[in-house]
Amino acid sequence: MTEVSHDRLAGVVRQHAGQLAAALMRVTGDFATAEDLVQDAVLAALQHWPAEGIPDRPDAWLFTVAKRRALDGFRRADNYRAKLALLQWPVQPAEDERLRLIFTCCHPALSRSAQIALTLRVVCGLTTEQIARAFLVRESTIAQRITRAKRKITDAGIPYRVPADDELATRLTEVWR
Amino acid sequence: MKYVLLFVETDEFMHELEAMGPAERARAYQRVTDWMATHADKIQGGNKLQAAETATTVRLGGGEPVVTDGPFVEGKEVVSGYTEIEVADLDEALRMVRTWPGCPLVEIRPLAVTTPVE
Repeated sequence: MTEVSHDRLAGVVRQHAGQLAAALMRVTGDFATAEDLVQDAVLAALQHWPAEGIPDRPDAWLFTVAKRRALDGFRRADNYRAKLALLQWPVQPAEDERLRLIFTCCHPALSRSAQIALTLRVVCGLTTEQIARAFLVRESTIAQRITRAKRKITDAGIPYRVPADDELATRLTEVWR
Repeated sequence: MKYVLLFVETDEFMHELEAMGPAERARAYQRVTDWMATHADKIQGGNKLQAAETATTVRLGGGEPVVTDGPFVEGKEVVSGYTEIEVADLDEALRMVRTWPGCPLVEIRPLAVTTPVE
């Protein structure tokens, strides 16, 4: 390891940091950003210089590092702005998730008791205990009913969506029951 | 998803079919053929089975296997054919089956497909 004393390092950094900050301030037009970049450059210097020695032109070295960071930052910001520009207002109103959920829970391929238990649990957020009390059955019965219904939804390929228009009428009567 | 449609006949349906005149019966068969043609892109095979009287059932697990004449459930409803279909989900299978012009019962069973490891 090259002998670079702590004092020397600190001295060089102090000597150039102010100058660097001013230069960066002019480039970025933003005081906080300039300060951040100086910090980054100084940190890089403290990592590299003890091992590699202090470069001939420490100010140029520091400025190069800071400039590279600044460009990265600008690129990121550009990217961000480009994405912001893609956003539109109003944001596409998402179909109410609950509606899809209700139609899935009340799919005719599930038994009536499973439909009700599943809807109360998943859509209304009742606990299995509350549902069991309402139906005057054991909690384990309801839990099992719900587990079985969920498994059937997955295994039998019951879709998670609001039915197409031509099916909507019959499916709605199922939901309203 | 893959499903098998199990077509189930009832005594009543058999009697109706037998009572038909040749022309009427031909029309009934034609409707089934048409249905198959309409959904040909989703159908991946299947067969009509011979009558339930031709079935032989083997019961295993209790010592010596027991061979009996007839289907495994004695009932008025017997499986008379099957078709394997590939559709997006249960709703699509249901849409297909709703228009089935043959026997009065159809059971839709999802296949237990083990996905091959690539």
